[in-house]
Amino acid sequence: MSRVLVGVKRVIDYAVKIRVKPDKTGVVTDGVKHSMNPFDEIAVEEAVRMKEKKLASEVIAVSCGPAQAQETLRTALAMGADRAIHVEVAGAEYETMQPLHVAKILAKLSQDEKADIVIVGKQAIDDDSNQTAQMIAALLDWPQGTFASKVEKSDAGLTITREIDGGLEVIKTKLPAVISADLRLNEPRYATLPNIMKAKKKPMKKVSAKDLGVDLSPRIKVVSVVDPPVRQAGSVVPDVDTLVAKLKEGGHV
Amino acid sequence: MSQTHRKAVLNLYKTLLFLGRDWPQGYDLFRKRLNKVFVRNSEESDPNKIALMVKHGQFVIKEIEALYKLKKYRAMKRRYYDDN
Repeated sequence: MSRVLVGVKRVIDYAVKIRVKPDKTGVVTDGVKHSMNPFDEIAVEEAVRMKEKKLASEVIAVSCGPAQAQETLRTALAMGADRAIHVEVAGAEYETMQPLHVAKILAKLSQDEKADIVIVGKQAIDDDSNQTAQMIAALLDWPQGTFASKVEKSDAGLTITREIDGGLEVIKTKLPAVISADLRLNEPRYATLPNIMKAKKKPMKKVSAKDLGVDLSPRIKVVSVVDPPVRQAGSVVPDVDTLVAKLKEGGHV
Repeated sequence: MSQTHRKAVLNLYKTLLFLGRDWPQGYDLFRKRLNKVFVRNSEESDPNKIALMVKHGQFVIKEIEALYKLKKYRAMKRRYYDDN
């Protein structure tokens, strides 16, 4: 029986149209709907299924962020996590927080909580970094199964099917291990209203990065954030000859 | 409305309202439509018919959950996996 630590991130909801701040320092987050990162939902679901199959004894959800990160943790608890840890990071520190900081926090917590498996989403849909799982594995010197689309328990450890370019790769790891969840790993359940209510009774611990001995000083500086280029409007050509001429001009034929 | 069904109907309404918060066309539209349906059937007194309606409501809940799941999955697939 192992203990599973799951990392969850609060991000701008996937259905929201992202707007860039006019001063190019970032994106507008005030008054915008937030929810749990979809890949982290898959990670939570996998951990909960491990518990349901009696492969895991306890599921601990962790989130780093401002006070609102607790809502995301409540969702994780409603999905079936046993308890939650909120690492409070607010204001300017949160804005410059990088995957390295999160990885250090999660690595520290997984040692403190004696976790055997760490599961995170492969990437967040806001910064698309895709670094946290890899960094946690490196910091802890644990094996890693990234982009997992299937996780099975085998005698000594785990058998993980990974999604790689043009196919699948099956690897075997010992425990403890770090897993990052890909889209096809499972279908996350919906956090229902009664379960969200019940989740309010589950324990949530609040710690600060300082308590964990993690230095949050920024390693990078955001120079500017801009909108992606707008797709140029097409044009209607009068006949086939013009079309062929234009294609030749563009080097397509 | 009989006392036995009262709780079931209220629960159904609350659950649907909760689901409506994620409705693609907005919560207001969902709430208005939902309210209209419940008001329209509020005069129903036959317990069997009410039970049937509650059952249909449970079915609608399952459908909406499935819709949200699929919508999210497709959005993720389109953004991260469809290169061609």
